[in-house]
Amino acid sequence: MRVSKWVALITLILFSMSIIAGCGGGKDTTGGAETPAGGEEIRIGLIAPLTGDVKTFGESVKNAFEMAMEEADYKVGDFTIKVFVEDDRNVATEAVNVAEKLITQNKVSAIVGSVTSSSTIPISEVAQAHGVVLVTPTATNPKVTVDAARKDYVFRACFIDPFQGTVAARFALDELGAKTAAVLFDQGNDYTIGLKDYFKQSFEAGGGTILAEEAYTKNDTDFSAVLTNIAKQKPDVLFLPDYYQKVSLIGKQARDKGITATFLGGDGWDSPELDFAVMDGGYQTNHYSPDDPRPEVTEWVEKYTAKYGQTPDALGTLAYDATKLVLKAIEDAGSTDPAAIRDAMAKIQGFQAVSGSISFDENGNPIKSAAILQIKDGAQKFVTVVNP
Amino acid sequence: MEYFLEQVINGLQLGLVYALIALGYTMVYGIVKLINFAHGDVFMVGAFIGYFGFTNWGLPWPLAIVVAAVLCACLGVLIERIAYRPLRYTARIMALISAIGVSFFIEYFCSLKFMFGPNYRVVQRPFEEIYWSIGGVTISNIQVLIFVTVVCMLVGLQYLVQRTKIGAAMRTVSFDHDTARLMGVNVDKTISFTFGIGAALAAVGGVLFAIAYPQIWTFMGVMPGLKAFTAAVLGGIGLIPGAMLGALIMGQAEVMTAAFISSQLRDAIAFSILILVLLVRPCGILGKTQPEKV
Repeated sequence: MRVSKWVALITLILFSMSIIAGCGGGKDTTGGAETPAGGEEIRIGLIAPLTGDVKTFGESVKNAFEMAMEEADYKVGDFTIKVFVEDDRNVATEAVNVAEKLITQNKVSAIVGSVTSSSTIPISEVAQAHGVVLVTPTATNPKVTVDAARKDYVFRACFIDPFQGTVAARFALDELGAKTAAVLFDQGNDYTIGLKDYFKQSFEAGGGTILAEEAYTKNDTDFSAVLTNIAKQKPDVLFLPDYYQKVSLIGKQARDKGITATFLGGDGWDSPELDFAVMDGGYQTNHYSPDDPRPEVTEWVEKYTAKYGQTPDALGTLAYDATKLVLKAIEDAGSTDPAAIRDAMAKIQGFQAVSGSISFDENGNPIKSAAILQIKDGAQKFVTVVNP
Repeated sequence: MEYFLEQVINGLQLGLVYALIALGYTMVYGIVKLINFAHGDVFMVGAFIGYFGFTNWGLPWPLAIVVAAVLCACLGVLIERIAYRPLRYTARIMALISAIGVSFFIEYFCSLKFMFGPNYRVVQRPFEEIYWSIGGVTISNIQVLIFVTVVCMLVGLQYLVQRTKIGAAMRTVSFDHDTARLMGVNVDKTISFTFGIGAALAAVGGVLFAIAYPQIWTFMGVMPGLKAFTAAVLGGIGLIPGAMLGALIMGQAEVMTAAFISSQLRDAIAFSILILVLLVRPCGILGKTQPEKV
């Protein structure tokens, strides 16, 4: 009995020590270690899904964020930058937790993140309530910046789903000559619901017919019932507006069921872990293409590839742009006060970013063009650019 | 009509997948009267071991299933020894909470980087899919494999529990531990054995699941585990044929709802059936109400 009490006590001590170490945030801080005496400090947070079902998104975003910071040498204007990186695992509650932590404990002035709409919509509320600037690189759902009222501390570096859905629908109608389409969507995910709605709206407005509109949930692995239904109706296009993991699984089962429709999707496909063999011949809308001949793009692709040994995806590119936007706003504001940074951000006009020129509309959304890529022979091939 | 039959086959496949898990669930409950919530997580561990077996270790897939079953049987025995045995003669709720704890522990421990990691993995099927078209209905070799496995498991389990000596011991233990001990049954060993078999069955189910739906991650056992548990309750928990029946009904209910009513109502309607059945037959479809002994 004595022995087991000692074991329990030691375990308890070790456990509480690990909790204390975790709360100290020691593991999360990088950079800014060499803070020169007298230099004032600005704290910037990053929230991204570094693990979980969309972890390649988070990895790209973190790489690009750190690259932008290193290029700035962790300095902006007269400030040295201290960086805090948090993982939200693409879980909305976790995203809110880490956002609260960054704001209340780490006292950040601005946050870059998060990546998916379902995580970013809840943290946009948190950032707005606390008055901290939030710039999401890639969350495309309109509700991120406007939900009932405009959340004026929230901005984004990407286009929004109404545009993306319209582009996909126009492309299916005009370029693929599609007359009919079927849609599968996750009924618990704002991103896929939004994209589905806007695709459907534009596709039907353009004279197409939606044959089937089928829902599933995040935990589903068996799609046989709805896919049998779709196979019977033989649509020209199967629109799959979800992230790469789910899309790969659905794509595989769709081909197993003998569905020959062309697959079509959004920026959620953009990952090296997409099942390229299954999705071969499919098209996706995206924020940029590495094959774009503009000098900003070629320079960016070159330096990213040199550092990380792979071509930057759209998520990394947008994260780089979002980080640059934050730095620019801080420099213009010359202050660590989030309200001043917000005002400077809203005034940015014609900022030359890698993914295009950025000026914000009244809702904090940049007006940008979309690229269409084809999945072909294990890679994404540039097809065309669509302007708004 | 062909469309309907095709959907019946889809429902059958889903039902058999639930049966893979439900059989082990219900057997353990029948003997130990413990709802082993960690069952779905053993299922996940089995899927991972099988996946490592036929991709990383280069084993032929039937051998990978055997390896997964053996390792998971050890895991099942270990879980029982650590988390359930010390609580066996306390209130029933203690063991139940402990089971939930074990379930979360396995999920989050396996999500750590040095274990399986938190990310999804795509499973390359260890054999080619083959499709047969019979009267306009397509059947794949994977569906046949799952069907054969479930039938073998069902028959094997019934034989084990009803016809063998250890089965007799298991049934004795399920009635009363003290009396079983007086009759010369080693209660601890029998319960360990029960958990071992249950975990091995979960592992076999896990590997087949990973082959049928080729994507695995550390939380993959949660939803199928819950559905299989529901199926076991629906059929009458503790009864092996009941689990089979319940699983097939669940599978058909889900697929038919998605096919003919609405894919959005899929789970809602499937679980409404559960509630209705339990209102009418509180012990499940095959369950018998036992008079309370005084």
